[in-house]
Amino acid sequence: MFELLGITPQGLIAQLLVGLINGSFYAILSLGLAIIFGLLNIINFSHGAQYTMGAFIAWIGLTQFGQWLGFPDLTINYWFALILVPLIMAGFGLILERTMLRRLYHLDHLYGLLLTFGLALIIEGMFRHWYGISGESYPAPEILQGAIPLESIGIVLPKYRIWVVFISMTVCFSTWYVIERTKLGAYLRAGTENPKLLQAFGINVPLMISLAYAYGVGLAGFAGVLAAPIFQVNPLMGSNLIIVVFAVVVIGGMGSIMGAILTGLALGLVEGLTKVFYPEASGVVIFVIMAIVLLIRPAGLFGREK
Amino acid sequence: MSSKVKLLYGILALIALLLPFQDFIYLVFAMKVLCFALFACAFNLLLGFTGLLSFGHAAFFGTSAYITAYFCKEMGLSTELGIILGVIGSGVLGFLIGALAIRRQGIYFAMVTLALSQMVYFLAVQLPFTGGEDGIQGVPRGKLLNFIDLNNDVSMYYFVLAVFLLGFALIMRTVYSPFGQILKAIRENEPRAISLGYDVDRFKLTAFVLSATLAGLAGSMKALVFQLATLTDVHWHMSGEVVLMTLLGGMGTILGPAVGAGIVVSLQNYLANIGSWSTIATGFIFVICVLAFRRGVVGEISAFFKSKS
Repeated sequence: MFELLGITPQGLIAQLLVGLINGSFYAILSLGLAIIFGLLNIINFSHGAQYTMGAFIAWIGLTQFGQWLGFPDLTINYWFALILVPLIMAGFGLILERTMLRRLYHLDHLYGLLLTFGLALIIEGMFRHWYGISGESYPAPEILQGAIPLESIGIVLPKYRIWVVFISMTVCFSTWYVIERTKLGAYLRAGTENPKLLQAFGINVPLMISLAYAYGVGLAGFAGVLAAPIFQVNPLMGSNLIIVVFAVVVIGGMGSIMGAILTGLALGLVEGLTKVFYPEASGVVIFVIMAIVLLIRPAGLFGREK
Repeated sequence: MSSKVKLLYGILALIALLLPFQDFIYLVFAMKVLCFALFACAFNLLLGFTGLLSFGHAAFFGTSAYITAYFCKEMGLSTELGIILGVIGSGVLGFLIGALAIRRQGIYFAMVTLALSQMVYFLAVQLPFTGGEDGIQGVPRGKLLNFIDLNNDVSMYYFVLAVFLLGFALIMRTVYSPFGQILKAIRENEPRAISLGYDVDRFKLTAFVLSATLAGLAGSMKALVFQLATLTDVHWHMSGEVVLMTLLGGMGTILGPAVGAGIVVSLQNYLANIGSWSTIATGFIFVICVLAFRRGVVGEISAFFKSKS
């Protein structure tokens, strides 16, 4: 096989796949942030902690929940977790919005950021207190274990990772479809544009805002379950990720749903490529891109100043 | 300034001066409070008086701590030179980050500063001279002007106190100057300040650099007091802590951040033995402050006195 600058095509494809997976997580999380920001005008700092929480709930369901109830055989398997956890997280988000965030809408938007930052610390601290920072492993479901060998080009594709890319893209693009192409989505977009006018037309805007927050938090929980078998389930998994996602959001701008998804994917790939060609820079490449975008196009690639 | 407020400052200064003559409060603890008080006051210049929420101030605090520690320990430079280099370093970094960050407003500003400070954190993890996970340990305090031995805690305390008072006076001078009035005008109504003909970006950037420089000064002092510069100093938790100190003490008040720093540092000392509870407590204070206590300790007190008079 040919080699390019000392890099084998197998290595390149492997890193691109890793990049695509990271990109899928960036995409889901920045999509959630964009939806929440659109209606609430709040940056949900606890998004990372809610992602962690999703992963932990899935792990607890698999390994501990049965024992708590006294039925050691009872386990919530991966597929149930994939549906249940986002619902639980959405309920959690609903409570947060109703009891806390709602009180801040008349204030400067920065208070929302500070409140959700505090929530993130509480969630992260509690999981750290209970489970330490060592990390727990979560096995992938049996049907998705193993890999598909592609002998013609000499690489193997881990099944679970393919599944993650597939399902997260499905979720992202169906969300995009609902928002951009359906009546419900039209209300949502109208609410982003001018909530007062929309309310005057008889739409229950406060309910819509609650549901938007719940949906965003649910997405974070969903991403957490997807991530559990790939990364170690540990209390800090979200906070490290969320800062990168913030950079992604600054690069893409939060004005466009498709923009959030595409920027997330693209930056994941760029990060993967950097790992191949210049590994030392892979941790900072997204921040460097952010700096460049700020210099050339301050509003972000798909953004408009609000 | 009313005579009552002057009296208050006088009493506080007297207490600070007499602190080494008692046994209840450890001097190292007092020095830590002073370092963080300076850090929080510097931060407040930006958040409280210019209305810019930076979520990356740990970058300046930590960078300066690293530079001072490196030059004092590895290069054997004198203490003053180490501090000066650290402060210049954080000022330059403040200019770079500030110039990028002021291109966006509000929430985006906070996210940009957070992301750029995370980049500084990654650099601190990777660069060879920072010592990775161990940080730079055993930094010599040295002799001030080759004359006063700072290894003695009492003389170190007075040095830290002098630096704090200097920084505090500079901040107060800035806030009450015409420049400070323009910053407040930007905080209250940016479009209006622009329409009045002020080059808003230049003022914001100047405030940012000033704040970063003073945060760096606090970081240098901290590195000397504890003889240590580590990754904790550049971590985003540190940026969050300084936000909390300012919010709890009262943003936009002169004395508030110092009071907030005192409370937060005491709380952490108290909770340090029970692991993660310190993080959880910090989170709860954030939530309570934002929901019910937005004026902060000093803000509430001064509002109380205003309503009486």
